[in-house]
Amino acid sequence: MAHAILLHEPTDDVGVAVRDLKVGEEVGAVTLDGELVGAVKLVNDVPLGHKVAMREMAQGKKVIEYGRPIGGASQAIVKGAHVHTHNLKTLRWAL
Amino acid sequence: MTPANYTPFKPEAMKLTGYRRPDGRFGIRNHVIILPVDDISNAAANGVAALIKGTMSLPHPYGRLQFGEDLELTFRTLAGMGRNPNVAAAVVIGIEPKWTQRIVDEIAKTGKPVAGYSIERYGDLKTIEMAARKAMEFVQYATELPREPFSIQQLCMSTKCGESDTTSGLAANPTVGRVFERLSASGATLIFGETTEVTGGEDVIADACVTPEVRAEFMKFFNDYQDLVKSKGVDLLGSQPTEGNIRGGLTTIEEKAMGNIQKMGRCKVVGVLDMAIEPQKPGLHFMDSSSAAAEMVTLCAAAGSVVHYFPTGQGNVIGNPIVPVIKLSGNPLTVATMSEHIDVDLTGLLRIEINLDQAADKAMQVLEHTINGRFTAAEALRHDEFVLTKLYESA
Repeated sequence: MAHAILLHEPTDDVGVAVRDLKVGEEVGAVTLDGELVGAVKLVNDVPLGHKVAMREMAQGKKVIEYGRPIGGASQAIVKGAHVHTHNLKTLRWAL
Repeated sequence: MTPANYTPFKPEAMKLTGYRRPDGRFGIRNHVIILPVDDISNAAANGVAALIKGTMSLPHPYGRLQFGEDLELTFRTLAGMGRNPNVAAAVVIGIEPKWTQRIVDEIAKTGKPVAGYSIERYGDLKTIEMAARKAMEFVQYATELPREPFSIQQLCMSTKCGESDTTSGLAANPTVGRVFERLSASGATLIFGETTEVTGGEDVIADACVTPEVRAEFMKFFNDYQDLVKSKGVDLLGSQPTEGNIRGGLTTIEEKAMGNIQKMGRCKVVGVLDMAIEPQKPGLHFMDSSSAAAEMVTLCAAAGSVVHYFPTGQGNVIGNPIVPVIKLSGNPLTVATMSEHIDVDLTGLLRIEINLDQAADKAMQVLEHTINGRFTAAEALRHDEFVLTKLYESA
């Protein structure tokens, strides 16, 4: 299985696709320091540079990238889903 | 993926050579600059530079009828360019003697050769002749100076990213961060900034400040900027991240800020500087600054940085007349289509062929070569952007 997702921190909720990923593909995730962090089966197409959910997240959960919240889940997110403006909102101002 | 016997490239292992200036600082270039004090002296400065080989003029559009803090910043930036250790000597040309002398006096404090000429009572042609004779003398002085070895503790460098995309946060910015961790631990002096682009990650910088005093200084600059935004009735949420950022995969302002802040790595922030102020101690400094590329790099140059790391995603082409700007990119499309602008290809990180430590090694090798005289892409392509930061309109 090829590695196609990069994580800033091993515990991050989301990783970044390093190439265009297709629904149904199973790919591995790895940190920038080369630590392997399991695998994900894609439930959506995810373009290069976009985020993939590494685990299931309930609505309202703080979404962790770079080891810290980068926003909150505005709806429930399943593992392997595309995470972007449709399901992730800033916490900087009220959701 | 990492070889078993891997050891990271240590800053102490870099063999650095440069030019020792009379104030003890080291430059990595040996420029003789012709510095106009104001817009109307550009013609004379360009005239001198056209006559004398090995000189370079730094034309700009300001320096008349400025006042207060804005005028002080212009003076500080102009003098800072002359004071920068990459400059061996400077000829200053202004329309009248008083402001010209102010710049000359500030540069003279470094002990390097400097002379000032004012155009009133002489005209351009006589001024050019007098200034060119002095410039020729300075070039002959500068071209006799040898390169000498210097240590990593004597290096002052800066970073700022531009045309960022998701690959910036993933590859080029963390690579700079990893190099900065090494350089900071080895006692180099480092500068980063971009007050406008850290919104959503300001607490990370605040938490990295070494003392409550440093933290308070940082938060003051940050809050002043937030107040400025509010006073203009601008809604940051509407403009950050930009449509382009969103298309590239960035979702929230926090995420964009975190991508930017990767450049500081896990360094502590030892000091906070106003624009174009020279750091006085080793370690990483936050400098209040615009995020416009040419303005920020000019402010770093005026603060004494001798070399600059510029991570880019979509491909910013900026350079600086006196400071070599090293471009790093992890975006495969940018590296393929704009190869003449990229000094450090980090696409291997995205292909998961190298890790961050190996990427940092690569960036340090290019840094070492650049310090020892190899032209960066921006130098070879004559990217000489010299842009003063203007705080408000002139009188």
